[in-house]
Amino acid sequence: MQYAVLCYDREDVVSAWSKDEDDAVMARLGVVQEKLAAQGRIGPVARLLPTTAAATVRKGAEPLILDGPFAETKEQLLGFYIIDCEDLEAAVAVAKDLAQASGSAGAYELRPIGYFKDWKAAE
Amino acid sequence: MTDPTWIQAALVAARPRAVGALLRYFRELDLAEEAFQDACLKALQSWPVKGPPRDPAAWLIFVGRNAGVDGLRRRGKQTALPDEAVLSDLDDVETPMAERLDGADYRDDVLRLLFVCCHPDLPATQQIALALRIVSGLSVRRIAKAFLVGEAAMEQRITRAKARVAAAGLPFETPGPIERAERLGVVLAMVYLVFNEGYSAPGGPDADADDRAGLTGEAIRLGRLLLRLFPAEPEVMGLTSLMLLQHARAGARFAEDGAVILLDDQDRSRWDRTAIAEGLALMDKALRHLRPGPYQVQAAIAALHARAASAEVTDWAGIERLYETLEIMQPSPVVSLNRAVAVMKARGPDEALAMIEPLADRLGGYFYFFGLKGTLLSQLGRAREARAAFDQAIALADTPAQAAHIRDQIDGLRAAGP
Repeated sequence: MQYAVLCYDREDVVSAWSKDEDDAVMARLGVVQEKLAAQGRIGPVARLLPTTAAATVRKGAEPLILDGPFAETKEQLLGFYIIDCEDLEAAVAVAKDLAQASGSAGAYELRPIGYFKDWKAAE
Repeated sequence: MTDPTWIQAALVAARPRAVGALLRYFRELDLAEEAFQDACLKALQSWPVKGPPRDPAAWLIFVGRNAGVDGLRRRGKQTALPDEAVLSDLDDVETPMAERLDGADYRDDVLRLLFVCCHPDLPATQQIALALRIVSGLSVRRIAKAFLVGEAAMEQRITRAKARVAAAGLPFETPGPIERAERLGVVLAMVYLVFNEGYSAPGGPDADADDRAGLTGEAIRLGRLLLRLFPAEPEVMGLTSLMLLQHARAGARFAEDGAVILLDDQDRSRWDRTAIAEGLALMDKALRHLRPGPYQVQAAIAALHARAASAEVTDWAGIERLYETLEIMQPSPVVSLNRAVAVMKARGPDEALAMIEPLADRLGGYFYFFGLKGTLLSQLGRAREARAAFDQAIALADTPAQAAHIRDQIDGLRAAGP
C-alpha cells in the first residue's frame, strides 16, 4: 500500500522559525527520509510555499478563482510525503519517526493512495 | 512533542493578534504588553505539561486579559481605583473566546495595532522601532543593534514614541471601509520602511546571518501576516512580492569583505530560488486583480530581474516602461533616476544623461545621482567630468562600502585614460 503523509501545522508558527531552526528541522527530517530511501520506500516529497501564495479554483459552471488556500483553517497543509507501507501500522511508525524529528506541534494525516502516477519519472 | 522552539515560535506568531486584542480591552499599549508578557510566562509553564492549545492566540488573549485585570486591581489597591470606563469592555470575559475571535475582530485588532505604531506624528525611525518592539516583540537590545545605537537610547526612543501615541489618542472605533483602506496604506508604507532599514544596511562577513538583526525577515513576516488578514488586496501581494524578490538576492549582494556587488556582477546561483518562486507567485496573483499600484509595479521590476538568467538578458526595455508607469503613479526624482538607469541599459548613455540633468537641482545631495552621472560620463569618454561627479559621490557616501565602490570606478577611469 502507498500512503500519502500529509503534513499539517500552523503556518504562522512555522514561518516564525529562524533560518537556523528551520534548517535544523529539515536536516532531522532528512535523516528519516534517507532511512526510508535506503529501503526503497519513499516517493516524491514536497514542501509547499506559504498559503498566502496560493489561489483556489472553485468548481462550478463558471469556476470561481479565489485568493488564498482552499480553507481558512488553523492548521495548514504545508507539505507531503509519498511512502510505501505494508499496512497502517507501518505508516503510523513512519509518521511517528517524522513527528519526533520535527519537534513541532501540528499533525500528520495518513491517506492511503488509490491511484498514483509520476509523469515526471515516466518521461 | 512540543519542544521549546515550537513554543517560542508560537508565542512570536500569536503576538500581533494577542497584543492587538489586549490593546482593544485595555486601551493602553503598556498594559496590553504587560498582560501579554504575563500570558507568555504562564504559557511557558503550562504548554510543555498540558500540550499546546489549539489556538495559541486565543489562549494568550484569555489568560492575558485575566492577568491584566488582576494587575489593574492590584494597582488600584496601591493607588487610585482604575477608571471604570477603562474596564467597560471587560464584561464579556465569559463569552467563548474562540468563536468571537475567529472573525473580522482579529483583522481590525492587528490593523489597529500596526496603525498605532506608525502614527503620523512619529518620525519614521520611531515608527519602525515601535512596530518592531510592539508588533514583532523584538527586544530593545536587538532593535538598538539594528539601529546602531545604545540600548538606553533606544529604550528612551520607544518610551517617547509610546507617550506621543498615547497623547494623540488611540483610534478605537471600528474602522469603516475607507478608513480601513487608508490605515492599510499607512501600514504598508511602514512595513516597507522596516524592510528598507534592513535591506540598505551595510553588508559584511556577518551580514548574511545578521541581516541587520533580521529586519528584512521581520518585514516579510509582517507582509505575510497582512496577506492572511487581507487575502484579496493586490497591493499587499505586491509589497510582499517585492520584499521577497529583493530579499532573494541577499546572499549575493556583498563580497566577503563587505564590498557591494552590483546586480550585473552578482552570482545568480546564490539567489534564493524559493523566495523568488513565492514572490513571482504573489505577483501573478496580484496581476489578476487588474488594480495596479506602486508596490505591484516595483515588484514587477524586481520580477524582471529575478526572471533574467543573466544580466545580459535582462529585459531593460520592460523595466524602463515599468519605471515610466511608476513615475506617473508616484512622481519622484529618485524614480526618474532609476528610469534613467534602465534607459542607459536599453538605449545608451546619451539619452540617459539628458534625462538626469534636469534632476540635478532636486538630487544635489543624493549619492546615487552623482554615482550614475559619473558612470554615464565615463561611458561617454568624458573622464574629467566623470571624475568630478565621482568625487561628489564620495563626499555624499553613507557607508565605507559605497565610497569604496566609487573609488573602484575612479580607478577604472584612470586605467581607461590615456
